[in-house]
Amino acid sequence: MAGLPEDAEEADGLTDDILRMRGITKTFPGVKALQDVNLAVRRGEIHAICGENGAGKSTLMKVLSGVYPHGSYDGEIFFDGEPCRFSDIRDSERHGIVIIHQELALSPYLSIAENIFLGNERTSRGLIDWNRTNAEAAELLERVGLRENPVTRAMDVGVGKQQLVEIAKALSKQVRLLILDEPTASLNDEDSAHLLDLLRGLREEGITSVIISHKLNEIQAIADSTTILRDGRTIETLDMSGEEVTEERIIAGMVGRDLEHRFPPHEPKIGEEALRIEDWTVHSPSQHDRVVVSGANLTLRRGEIVGLAGLMGAGRTELAMSVFGRSYGVGISGRVYKNGGEIQLRTVGEAIGHGLAYATEDRKRYGLNLIDDIKRNVSAAALGKLARRGWVDDNKEYQVADGFRESMNIKAPSVLSVTGKLSGGNQQKVVLSKWIFTDADVLILDEPTRGIDVGAKYEIYSIINRLADQGKAILVISSELPELLGVCDRVYAMSAGRITGEVSRAEATPERLMQLMTKEKE
Amino acid sequence: MKVPTRETAPSSGGLPAVPAKAPAGRFSVNLRQSGIYIAFALIIVLFSILTDGELLSPQNISNIMVQNSYVLILAIGMILIIIAGHIDLSVGSVVGLTGAIAAVLMVDMDVAWPLAILVTLVAGALIGAWQGYWIAYFGIPAFIVTLAGMLVFRALTLTVLGNQGIGPFPDEVRTLANGFVPGFLGNIGLGPLGGADLLTLLVGLAAVAGIAGTQWRARQARLGYRQQVDALPLFLLRIGAAAAVVMVVIVQLARFKNLPWVLVLLAILVLGYTLLTNRAVFGRHIYAIGGNLNAASLSGIKVKSVTFWIFVNMGVLAALAGIIFAGRLNQAGPTAGNGFELDAIAAAFIGGAAVQGGVGKVVGALTGGLIMAVINNGMSLIGAPSERVMLFKGLVLLAAVALDVWTKRRAGSAR
Repeated sequence: MAGLPEDAEEADGLTDDILRMRGITKTFPGVKALQDVNLAVRRGEIHAICGENGAGKSTLMKVLSGVYPHGSYDGEIFFDGEPCRFSDIRDSERHGIVIIHQELALSPYLSIAENIFLGNERTSRGLIDWNRTNAEAAELLERVGLRENPVTRAMDVGVGKQQLVEIAKALSKQVRLLILDEPTASLNDEDSAHLLDLLRGLREEGITSVIISHKLNEIQAIADSTTILRDGRTIETLDMSGEEVTEERIIAGMVGRDLEHRFPPHEPKIGEEALRIEDWTVHSPSQHDRVVVSGANLTLRRGEIVGLAGLMGAGRTELAMSVFGRSYGVGISGRVYKNGGEIQLRTVGEAIGHGLAYATEDRKRYGLNLIDDIKRNVSAAALGKLARRGWVDDNKEYQVADGFRESMNIKAPSVLSVTGKLSGGNQQKVVLSKWIFTDADVLILDEPTRGIDVGAKYEIYSIINRLADQGKAILVISSELPELLGVCDRVYAMSAGRITGEVSRAEATPERLMQLMTKEKE
Repeated sequence: MKVPTRETAPSSGGLPAVPAKAPAGRFSVNLRQSGIYIAFALIIVLFSILTDGELLSPQNISNIMVQNSYVLILAIGMILIIIAGHIDLSVGSVVGLTGAIAAVLMVDMDVAWPLAILVTLVAGALIGAWQGYWIAYFGIPAFIVTLAGMLVFRALTLTVLGNQGIGPFPDEVRTLANGFVPGFLGNIGLGPLGGADLLTLLVGLAAVAGIAGTQWRARQARLGYRQQVDALPLFLLRIGAAAAVVMVVIVQLARFKNLPWVLVLLAILVLGYTLLTNRAVFGRHIYAIGGNLNAASLSGIKVKSVTFWIFVNMGVLAALAGIIFAGRLNQAGPTAGNGFELDAIAAAFIGGAAVQGGVGKVVGALTGGLIMAVINNGMSLIGAPSERVMLFKGLVLLAAVALDVWTKRRAGSAR
């Protein structure tokens, strides 16, 4: 991994840096999310942070804003040259550091004005001063260029405007460093452009911004400098003002060049078509007119490992879950063919019946019953196989689960261990065991190695290879390009709900995929 | 940390080894599982001392069983609902309504009692289906649906009864609720304990033999599959303790009159529902739904259907409790069942159910119900005023759930 650029002058704190984070290391059970990360932000600039999903961007910002309090990480934070040890968000806000999260934190039923001053109410003699609240809110709304009545409920304005309300809220707290986590991810082009203009305006007023974004054209348009993170480490900080920094330059930093020997070798034996998805379109369950997946076509063959690449919000999980018994979305249209014949997948039960399996990207929320043991999690999706006339054969269940414990190398004292206490890698092996036990021959694996350490990743890759060798068709959804390149025989790329390209293993490079993944609508 | 492997486990394959965590918090898990039985024993000892042994006298044990049978029946239905992550506030009103329906059928309309009981149970099932529909298929939280049910079914009770009590019930129904199995085999002497019913004693011995036999067979089968089992002394100790408790209760019952019919009914229900929750696919789906709803539905479990049927089941059990309660009082009254839902819910939580769902046992709910029954009974024996009984019961409930939250937090921090 590359060394860390740091010049002697900066270390003395004599520069015009409003923020310096030094040697930040943050560990979650089983995973190092950040490792010796350094970040320096100049006063009054717009500083972009980019990196693949899981590179550690959001974690770094949570450390900065006190979501992870001092003591839960290693390293130092200097704000305005002063060492800072934030105990919570309010503490960092008192210093003028305000974070706006990707998922907006507005209370939908409260008015815009109430949201702006939430936790920071305008009062006189202990009671809320509504005149002052609404008047000051109106001033703030004008500053951010939002023409709405302050008494309008937050839920009644669009996502773009809600984003502006968040910024108005930040301004009300005398913000000096504004952190925005993917602020334009759910905005349309017009709203995005307005937001970027607003950030430029704030820069004129002397407010420093840190913006996390996947949209490279935006970063080029607005950022004064860009720090690239990869695998929880700082790779480099690029000065965007001087020489022309191309998208390719940023992509190269994000993906890295060396594919180490992290993947077990595999010779694919590709057979006939197993699953074909045609013209698949899905709408958002919360906004029925928003298209999440648009006219997707996809083919999986026996013995083949196919990748699905895409950035956050590209619609990969939505595509997979909507196919898997309509577990996501409304207004679903399109056709699915299994072994050449069209099939209906109206419920999860039907999908399992047709030999489909979907291992979720979020094991803890959607994959496992964490308070129950390995045995019962393994059998959960195919309990019928262990039962006669509705009664489960306990001993057979134990035997099956124990068989998986051995063949999948699940590290646990016994299959009666509670899954909530296993490491991420072992939890994932339990999830995979569950789906293998359903006798599925088409497996969709959504982020199969998320939150898993390197050694266990290797094991998961070996299992995936083994399943392919047994003639199963496998779709791997992943945000890690090296993983897709190292494991898959063919990769589809998605961007903004559309499949933007298909690349064979021979043609696939990180740069090529990243281009497809960031391809905007023509 | 080295992974503790059993002797039979093969060494790991050629893949890179990852250290797994050692099992943490085994003590706390056991504390939560067995704490309730220890607490039950302590409460019995406490009140035995306070009442000079009156608590465990033959007649009193019989009374505790008969007086609380309907709450225990409700607790069995309630624990399934709580395991699935729901709640049912309407059971008290359903007890009232089904008791009223039974009374109208048997007393006003002279329907034969077996048919009347059947119709009442079906009515209970329909009530459960009504609530289950709104909860499972319409998606209204169970708290709201059953709160509405609490009002609606109480109102219907009053309507059906015309705001007055209806009775008396046929003798058969009264016997079921209040009576004893006849002593076909006569009495035998038990030395200093005096005479006791032989049939009851034989049933007790058969029950003990049955418990020991099935446990032993299960243990042998597990050993056959090379699973881990409790060490032999611990196993024998557990079986011995269970046998002793059963025999003490049985001997005292035999010395008083005989086996109460409701105890026989309760034993069948506990056995049946324990099997259902442990061994049936349906029962296992209830735990899966309560443990992680999303994971359950993504595993193809028919969440809505399971939710619907546990409410139907609750309706049937509430109807059964309604018949027994009305039969015991020999009258269906407008206030019958008032507050029973709270007793049933408290029994489930004292008995080890988790507030978030996914955890709980039928035997636990039974024990929770008996803990409250013993508190009620023991305190009234020592002449404590009812407000103090209520206070004590409230604190016990709070303590039980606090223990649950506490052990979970400890387990969480050990993760």
